[in-house]
Amino acid sequence: MAVSSATIQRVKIGDISRVRRISTGVIEILIAAFIFFMFASKITGDALTKFVMTPGGITVGKMGDWIVQTRLTLWIMAGICLVIGIYQLIKGFGKFSTGMIGVVFLAFIFSFLTWQASGKQLNLAGMLSSSVLLAVPITLGAFSGILCERAGVVNIAIEGMMLMAAMVGALMGSITQSMWLGLFFGVLSAVLLAALHAVLSIKYKIDQIISGTVINIFSAGMTSFISQKFLQVHQELNNPIMFTRFEIPVLAKIPLIGPILFNTNFFVYLMFFLLIIIQIALFSTRWGLRMRSVGEHPKAADTLGINVIKTRYMAVLLGGMVAGIAGAFYTLGSVGRFDEGMTAGKGFIGLAAMIFGNYSPIGAIGAGFLFGFADSIGSKLSLLGSAIPSTLMSTAPYLITMIVLAGFVGKGHVPAADGKPYTKE
Amino acid sequence: MNKKNIEKQDFGKVVLNEIVGGDPKAKKQKKSVWKAIQIPVLAIITGLFIGAILIAATSETVYAAFREGFFTGLGQAFKEIGTAYLALITGSLGNPVSIVAALKSGDAAAIRSAVNPFLESLVQSTPYIFAGLACALGFRAGLFNIGVEGQLFMGAALATYVGYSITGLPVYIHLPLAILAGALGGAIWASIPGILKVTTGGNEVINCIMMNYIAYRITTFLLTGPMSRPGTGGMPVSPIIQKTAEIPQFFQTPIRFHAGFLLALLVAFAVWWVLFKSTWGLNLRTVGTNPRAAKYAGLSIAKTTILGMALSGALAGLAGANEILAVNRSMAIGLSSGYGFDSIALALLGNSHPVGVILAALLFGVLKNGATRMMVVSAIPIDIVTIIQALILIFVAAPAIIRSIYRMRKVKEESIATVTLSSWGGGK
Repeated sequence: MAVSSATIQRVKIGDISRVRRISTGVIEILIAAFIFFMFASKITGDALTKFVMTPGGITVGKMGDWIVQTRLTLWIMAGICLVIGIYQLIKGFGKFSTGMIGVVFLAFIFSFLTWQASGKQLNLAGMLSSSVLLAVPITLGAFSGILCERAGVVNIAIEGMMLMAAMVGALMGSITQSMWLGLFFGVLSAVLLAALHAVLSIKYKIDQIISGTVINIFSAGMTSFISQKFLQVHQELNNPIMFTRFEIPVLAKIPLIGPILFNTNFFVYLMFFLLIIIQIALFSTRWGLRMRSVGEHPKAADTLGINVIKTRYMAVLLGGMVAGIAGAFYTLGSVGRFDEGMTAGKGFIGLAAMIFGNYSPIGAIGAGFLFGFADSIGSKLSLLGSAIPSTLMSTAPYLITMIVLAGFVGKGHVPAADGKPYTKE
Repeated sequence: MNKKNIEKQDFGKVVLNEIVGGDPKAKKQKKSVWKAIQIPVLAIITGLFIGAILIAATSETVYAAFREGFFTGLGQAFKEIGTAYLALITGSLGNPVSIVAALKSGDAAAIRSAVNPFLESLVQSTPYIFAGLACALGFRAGLFNIGVEGQLFMGAALATYVGYSITGLPVYIHLPLAILAGALGGAIWASIPGILKVTTGGNEVINCIMMNYIAYRITTFLLTGPMSRPGTGGMPVSPIIQKTAEIPQFFQTPIRFHAGFLLALLVAFAVWWVLFKSTWGLNLRTVGTNPRAAKYAGLSIAKTTILGMALSGALAGLAGANEILAVNRSMAIGLSSGYGFDSIALALLGNSHPVGVILAALLFGVLKNGATRMMVVSAIPIDIVTIIQALILIFVAAPAIIRSIYRMRKVKEESIATVTLSSWGGGK
């Protein structure tokens, strides 16, 4: 018993080795230098950057434009990074290190935008607003992953489940002419795929990656098949009623935050709702404790009378449900029709967000916003005529995930029994 | 070779025999062949059967016929399935009637066009052989190389670059150089997850998935930027490769059968030799089946993992290079139609054995080629093949399903291709 508690202590994120403390500090100072020399040096003193603070087409909760002096802003950002870096180098922030990396990262992004939009204007609020929408499938995909993997089942089939739900959502939404029924059937289709994943990986104990891959292949084939056979031939079958934007009465009037978070798509509200539900359910209820124990140490859980198999089945089915919502967002919330392969790997980025967010819903939504923001920067930059190609910018989420996995930014805690089938003895 | 080395090898053999279950020579050969193929064969039959049901179930004419009467509907369903699968067979293997007619007439051109469907199937299966071998080699080394797609892209990009940028070399230097460039591109790309796995414990699966997307983005960037063909107005296409870098095609233009297929067979033989006849292959398989035993036998797991990953990636890169140098002759962004995920299916179906992979690749090539004809004849989307492939994969991966369908006796599980998965973030 003593041994295991000692190991648990060691995994705590707070403990950061000296090497990592120093290397993090050096990197932060280098970022400061980068902002100062690469961004600020070529900007003249009188250059201005104008940030538009209201998303386009919004009438409630307007806010005036925000005009900053480009060079001064860059200097301030460089200064912040420098101070954090020096403190990190000398004393270290302890368990706040990762958070400080986040601050430096944000300062860097902000400097980058200020520099890019120098002498021009940039709709910052529009960018944030679109990042929230772009974050929805990623975050929900991450939630789905969390539900499965906290119970010890690796789920790389999220992509396939999303794609299927998107197709079925569009098809049934068009047939029934009801967005709610479209959502229902979309989610149902994803749950059925999740059931297949559960049966294959829990009952037949085949490798969970293989099972997930099978579902992804099947889903890609099936959705394209149905799409070519029916949706493209009969256009009316690919024209679902969509969930439109609606504003929450009072909150929508708050400047900046209102238009971005409280005057937006139904799925964004659903995402926040699920965030609260999953966060509480996982970490503050007996149900969540049992589920996590199944993912950490199924044998011990079984000994204590928890039904491991049943818990895992339930977790995977719930995961499928959330993945289904993520998929339905494409056809019922954002695009309005089904295109082949339209999820474009967002399910996998969802997995990345899950890992980056350290298997917690709060972390996942943070990672989801970050990745959504990266997406949104990519598309905005090409409009601004940036020197950096958007195709290369869009590799950022994948690179970040690999860096996180390599343990450069604080090693997270992975459920101990993740990916291991359980055999009752 | 000193004494210590010999001991090492012997120990590995002992360990392997223990894992596989006794001396393989002691088993009766005949029985084991049927045993080895019965699950895949039944899986293919079942997959095609379910595919047939799907064809009938999604056909509007079948529903219309059912409205007239049950047996009319049933007849129509069988008719549709028959037409579709007949088109699949004639489209992939050739029409026997026209082949016989062509042979009788003795006209060389007629014979060629009659057997072209079969040759085209071989062309289609060539990248599958390379990609399947890549995944199979990974499985044997205990590595889950889900990054074949990305490695294929990187290999293709490097082969394309060498293919068009270097001029004035004779064929016998330029062509091998371009092929090797393809292998190198894949190997480098694959060794990154290998190195990350060894040094940081990061799971290769998620890293490979991430690197697939990065590779795709990088090639998009290259094809629209530094490697774009001048005068195409921003289309993501590379320049056409030099004549000296082309893998030769054997016949005139409509027939695309090329030497790459033979190269694939050669490479498969090489992989077989390396895996099953060389000491290094034994080490690789020992690390794959039982890393702990391998460690006690004094093998370097780190080295084997990185090399295994690189070799797997080299094979994936060859798949890409082959497509460029033999078939497309220039690189476009739609190079791969999901070879990456298919390669996993191929390796599983072929039980991670080169011969099995070749057979599985031929099947996939035939299906893919025949599906094109099937689409023309009976308007069934080509994606039916993907669905059938997924179904086959399910049945091969979970033989218990097949056994319960066909009421087969339960046998001891003897899976080779199962890779025990550690967590995403690495074991330690």
